[in-house]
Amino acid sequence: MSIDSVFVHKMWDDNELSKMVQGGIPFPMLSDAGGRVGRVFGVFDEDAGVETRGRFIIDPEGVVQGYEILTPPVGRNVLESIRQVQAFQLVRNSKGKEATPSGWKPGKTTLKPGPELVGKVWEVWKTEMAFD
Amino acid sequence: MPEDMEVGCARPTGGPVGESVESQPLKEPASIREVTAMIQVGKKVPDFVAPAYQQGRFISVKLSEYLGKWVLLCFYPGDFTFV
Repeated sequence: MSIDSVFVHKMWDDNELSKMVQGGIPFPMLSDAGGRVGRVFGVFDEDAGVETRGRFIIDPEGVVQGYEILTPPVGRNVLESIRQVQAFQLVRNSKGKEATPSGWKPGKTTLKPGPELVGKVWEVWKTEMAFD
Repeated sequence: MPEDMEVGCARPTGGPVGESVESQPLKEPASIREVTAMIQVGKKVPDFVAPAYQQGRFISVKLSEYLGKWVLLCFYPGDFTFV
């Protein structure tokens, strides 16, 4: 979503993005003239008149599970966004019985919070696991 | 799910949906801060409608139509910008 009109979105997709992504952008490119939606989400920059790089993860119930907002010159890490969605999906599928520690990615150990884990995280989770 | 939109000479626009958001006077900075404070992790996302372009179609997208799915909503400064 940006302040550009849907017509500019089409031109950008036709003339540039479709050369980066085969078949063009598959998902809806939303238009937010005047920043009315961006303002509600806290990402509209009133001085510059544009949206900043806000990214919101919204679960199937419509609950915001996470967000990140960057200033314009630094791009996002798409894989990190996907990793976070995968982590939230795992937690949801476990009905909250499992949690994903720092550095978690699919296939890695999760934590099962409970009385027997108190003070014992050091036994099942090592600091290096945050970085591998 | 999204419906096709009539495309005329006017630039289509959307906006927030629902009483609480619509009734906020958006011009005063103080109330803007109030509105932006609405986004909190673990809390419901405010609904909105917005015109969109998708694969050759101009459509109208309402966020609440995506209930039941995971949504990644991304804002960015502008088309044809570089990052």
